[in-house]
Amino acid sequence: MAKITKRLCTLVLRLMAVGATLLAAIVMATSHQRTSIFGISFEVKYNHTPAFQYFVIANAIATVYGFLVIFLPSKSQLWRLVVALDVVITILLSSSISAALAIGTLGKNGNSYAGWLPICGQVPKYCDRVKGALISSFVGLIIYVLLLLYAIHSVLDPLLLQKT
Amino acid sequence: MALENGQKPEDKAELAAVTKPTDWTIVVLRVVAFFATVTATVVMASNKETKSLVVAPPISVTLTAKFQHNPANVYFVIANGIASLHNVFMIVVHFFGDKFKDKGLQLVMVAVLDMMIVALVSSGDGAATFMAELGKKGNSHARWNKICDKFEKYCDRGGGAIISSYIGLLFLLVITVLSIIKLLKRN
Repeated sequence: MAKITKRLCTLVLRLMAVGATLLAAIVMATSHQRTSIFGISFEVKYNHTPAFQYFVIANAIATVYGFLVIFLPSKSQLWRLVVALDVVITILLSSSISAALAIGTLGKNGNSYAGWLPICGQVPKYCDRVKGALISSFVGLIIYVLLLLYAIHSVLDPLLLQKT
Repeated sequence: MALENGQKPEDKAELAAVTKPTDWTIVVLRVVAFFATVTATVVMASNKETKSLVVAPPISVTLTAKFQHNPANVYFVIANGIASLHNVFMIVVHFFGDKFKDKGLQLVMVAVLDMMIVALVSSGDGAATFMAELGKKGNSHARWNKICDKFEKYCDRGGGAIISSYIGLLFLLVITVLSIIKLLKRN
C-alpha cells in the first residue's frame, strides 16, 4: 500500500508540474499589447525579446518531458534515466526563469547607466502577463526540485537502515 | 610471448583503474570546475571600462561601465563565488571525509548540495547571457540602444567570464551525475 501511495504522490506532483509549465508557456506566448504614443502605435510581443522566446521554448520542453514521464510504467529500468533528466530539466527551467526575470526587471525599472528606459509604464497588461508566466514557471521549478529531493530521499532510508 | 608479456601489465593497470575509477575522476573534475568558476567570478568582478566622449569641444563627458550597473551581472558574480566556495569545500570533504562514521549521510548531502549549486550557477549564467546579448544587439522595439560598440573591452571581458562559467557549469553537471550514480550504486 505504501508503494502505491508513493507512486500516487509522485504522479500528482508531476501532473502539477506539467500544468504549471504548460500554463507558463501559454501565458508568455499569448502576451502582447498594442499601444500608441504620440500618434505612433507600436505593439509589444514576446517575440521581440530572445529571453522570452527561450522561456517559452524551455517551458514547452519541460511540459512535453513531464507529460511523457507520466506514462512510464513503475517497474521500468528507465527510472534512473528519469532522475538524470529531471536534473537537466531543472537546470533548463532555472536558467530560463532567471533570464526572463532579468529582462523583465529591466523592462520594469530600466537601467539609467545604459540609457535604457522602462517600458512597463506604457504596456502594463503585457508586464502583468509576463509576471504571471514567471510565477507559474517558478512553481513548476519548485515541484521539480521537490521531485528530485524525493528521489534522493527514497535512497536515503535504506542507507540509514544499513548503517546500524 | 611478447604479446602475453605486453598484455599482462595492461590488464593489471586496467584492473587497478576499474577498482578506483571515481575517486580521482571526481576530484580532478572538481578542481577544473573550481578554476572555471573562480575565473568567471574574478573576470566579471574586475570588469570596468572608462571612456570619455567629447560632446562639444570644450566639454567632455566621462562614462564608466561597471559590472555593478547591471543586477544580472552582480547575481552572476555572487552565484559563481558561491559555486567556487562549494567546490573548495567539496574537495576538502573528499580528502578528509573518511573520518566520518556515517558515510551514507555524507554522500546524500554531497549529491543534494551539488544539485542546488548546479541550479544556482545555471540561473546566473542564463541571466548574464541574455543581458550581454541585449548589450550587444540592443532591442529596437523597446528603444534600447546597444552599448558594445562603445565599450568593447567591457563586453569582451563579460563574454569571457560567461564562457568560463558555462564550462564550469558543464563540469558541475558531470560531477552531479557522478555523485548521484555513486549514491545509487551504494544502495
